[in-house]
Amino acid sequence: MVDHTKAGAHPHPPTRVYLVVWGWLFVLSTLAYFIDIWHVPQPFKAILLIAVALMKAGLIVAYFMHLRFERLNLVYAILAPLILLLAMAAGFLPDGVSVLLNRP
Amino acid sequence: MAHPSSMPLATAERTPWGDWSGGRSPFGVSWQKLMMWIFVVSDAFIFGSFLVSYGTTRTTLTNWPNAAEIFALHVGGQEIPLLLIAIMTFILVSSSGTMALAVHAAYERNRRRAALFLVLTMLLGLTFVGCQAYEWTHLIKDLGVRPWQNPFGAPQFGAYFFTLTGFHGLHVLSGVILLGFVARRVLQGAYERAGSYEMVEIAGLYWHFVDLVWVFIFTFFYLF
Repeated sequence: MVDHTKAGAHPHPPTRVYLVVWGWLFVLSTLAYFIDIWHVPQPFKAILLIAVALMKAGLIVAYFMHLRFERLNLVYAILAPLILLLAMAAGFLPDGVSVLLNRP
Repeated sequence: MAHPSSMPLATAERTPWGDWSGGRSPFGVSWQKLMMWIFVVSDAFIFGSFLVSYGTTRTTLTNWPNAAEIFALHVGGQEIPLLLIAIMTFILVSSSGTMALAVHAAYERNRRRAALFLVLTMLLGLTFVGCQAYEWTHLIKDLGVRPWQNPFGAPQFGAYFFTLTGFHGLHVLSGVILLGFVARRVLQGAYERAGSYEMVEIAGLYWHFVDLVWVFIFTFFYLF
């Protein structure tokens, strides 16, 4: 069992950092909500929403899940497989588009 | 017991490949934490598959219902679009905040504070599930949404709505139960005696992951 407090192998940020991240998550969630409410025209809306979602995900994973303070080995082992999700989306979404275009 | 990764490293060995040269734990975490990360990554694939399937199906359709109207709330005689979902999002984000503070308190071996924030996280999680129960009841009873039909448009809407939010809600509920066990162990002093509060952090990984999944469901199902 790892004893972080004794070994000090795992630096963890002060309380203030968690509160700042928490605040940013609130700001970004509100922003995402208003991007929808303001009826931003479509290509921009999608880009903005994905950008905000990735920023929120990055904050949660990096600070709340402490990934920023872990070894690079672990960071790569966790983030690299997620590229396969993009591959899956890239593989399937064109299929949906072709069905849409073939509708009478 | 000293963890191999906690031993000081020579500068030349502070490289990702140096960690694999033997005699050291390459990931620098306990097996319990590594297992939770493996679970989280595999669970990310489950939700990722759901979302890709949803995206593909929705792309093929021209009559997808407008989520902003369906999930509107009446406040003071006015329809506020997506209000309930926005409130649920803030509740879940807040529960992640209290969970982070619980992990922080556990690091500092502050037993009472860790337990307090764990219980707060559980209460926020239960509130979230409660909102979801209200939402489901409203859609099923008042609006007549079923997995195979709904009054707004594409029938697939119901199937994806119940699958995505149902699976996520089940994760929140499981998380609340897990945190309940952990909070009890914290109060009993079990981690104090074992000399490690790491279980609080591991439970936190799961909880933050559930919040992480909601970020994408919120974005792609409700806002898009």
